[in-house]
Amino acid sequence: MALSKEELVEYIYKLVEGAQGKKQLKAKDIEKLVLKEHPDQPKNDVKFAIKDLIDGGRCVYTYFGGSFIEIPHVEGAAKH
Amino acid sequence: MHKTPLLDQLESGPFPSFVKDLKRLAPTKPQVNDLLGQLERSYKEKITHWKHGGIVGVLGYGSGIIGRYSDLPDEFPGLEHFHTMRINQPSGWFYTSQALRELFDIWDEHGSSILNMHGATGDIIFLGTRTEELEPAFQKLTAKGWDIGGSGSAMRSPSCCCGPARCEWSCYDTMEACYQLTQEFQFDLHRPSFPYKYKLKFSGCPNDCVASVARSDMSMIGVWKDDIRIDQSAVEAYIGGELKPKGGGANVDKLDVQADVVDLCPTQCMWLEGKTLKINNKECNHCMHCINMMPQALRPGTDVGCTVLLGSHAPILEGAQMSWVIVPFMRMEEPFDELKELTANITEWWSEHGKNRERVGELIMRMGMRAFLEAVGLPPVPQSVRVPRANPFFFWHQSDFEAEAEGRKYHTTK
Repeated sequence: MALSKEELVEYIYKLVEGAQGKKQLKAKDIEKLVLKEHPDQPKNDVKFAIKDLIDGGRCVYTYFGGSFIEIPHVEGAAKH
Repeated sequence: MHKTPLLDQLESGPFPSFVKDLKRLAPTKPQVNDLLGQLERSYKEKITHWKHGGIVGVLGYGSGIIGRYSDLPDEFPGLEHFHTMRINQPSGWFYTSQALRELFDIWDEHGSSILNMHGATGDIIFLGTRTEELEPAFQKLTAKGWDIGGSGSAMRSPSCCCGPARCEWSCYDTMEACYQLTQEFQFDLHRPSFPYKYKLKFSGCPNDCVASVARSDMSMIGVWKDDIRIDQSAVEAYIGGELKPKGGGANVDKLDVQADVVDLCPTQCMWLEGKTLKINNKECNHCMHCINMMPQALRPGTDVGCTVLLGSHAPILEGAQMSWVIVPFMRMEEPFDELKELTANITEWWSEHGKNRERVGELIMRMGMRAFLEAVGLPPVPQSVRVPRANPFFFWHQSDFEAEAEGRKYHTTK
């Protein structure tokens, strides 16, 4: 069953949080994981739920040879 | 000031030197002095001292800021942070002096004052600022109507030639197409959601002044379907030497139409009958050579649009590739819905199947043009055959196998 907007945002946040330190997730990885559990979820909902998380500062885009979505953390490259 | 004996050599010789420019900035911008010092050290040690990537950006966007740090921050403190900002350029790179002054004032205030007009994708590149300066710089830029461009695994800022604004050969309005596609894909430009970069470039004619065929994943190159327009009186003038070749841009004053134009036609589709130029337009491959040589006598036709090509990229996973024709002719009229829909279909298929850092051209190489054409709903056409006499587009359907099971023959020599 498709999740409501708020439920979807939290679901994605938990996915990203759970993957932190283990696997870097791209937007498409998140979409695939959501659709695996909730096949009737419109793809556009996932896109805008990610946007909500980024705009709210709960998640950030990172670049490490590709663009990923992660929980904000201390910038490793900036350390001496 | 850091001592830079190796860099100093780059100031000698006839060419303009970026070292001279950096030295001019160094007294007022300490980070530029450190930049010279670190560069000198890299020249000496033959290794880079830059780290790049990370999490820097502006709120809400995942593109447009490229994190850059020195791995020698104690020695070169001005380079502890030295991030790049990409600013989405206006279509065709047209600026007013006022717009340029506004941009540079913002960069003088919030960055190193070093910039690159323009990067390979087409953006204005602001080089060197600290993390805490990114958001204020972004706010000032947006207040003046600018936006940052694409970077990372995203739609990159589309770019185009100046098109009909300055060029009579343009077969469509490149600047309008570029603007419309930029607006259409704003979400994908600012929020990276692709396997890797995706570049769109628009060239108004087959001269391809933005080199889209080699530098963009998807190139739209202006082309015509009807006949090259000929002004026979101007042809005569070229033969008689009254008109200079290439509008005066050639190294000879008088054109030898037979030797310099007719004999160099790659498909040999033209000939002279006395002082009259004849063209078999069905054989013309739109190379533009004759039109470039005799711009006052020859012009592209009037039934115009573009050829869409896909797949070029520099070597990343596979070697360098040039683009491949996927749509031989597309009408390019506002609001460019056909192109927008095709672009969305391609990026959707690529996002679904592409691996991390795999460009769309590499995915096509891996999965086959046949799978690509079927997925995006494009018909296979002769112009898409990359290697003559090798047809990769034979589609096998279930009905074919069923027919075979019933004993039907596919190929016969009768």
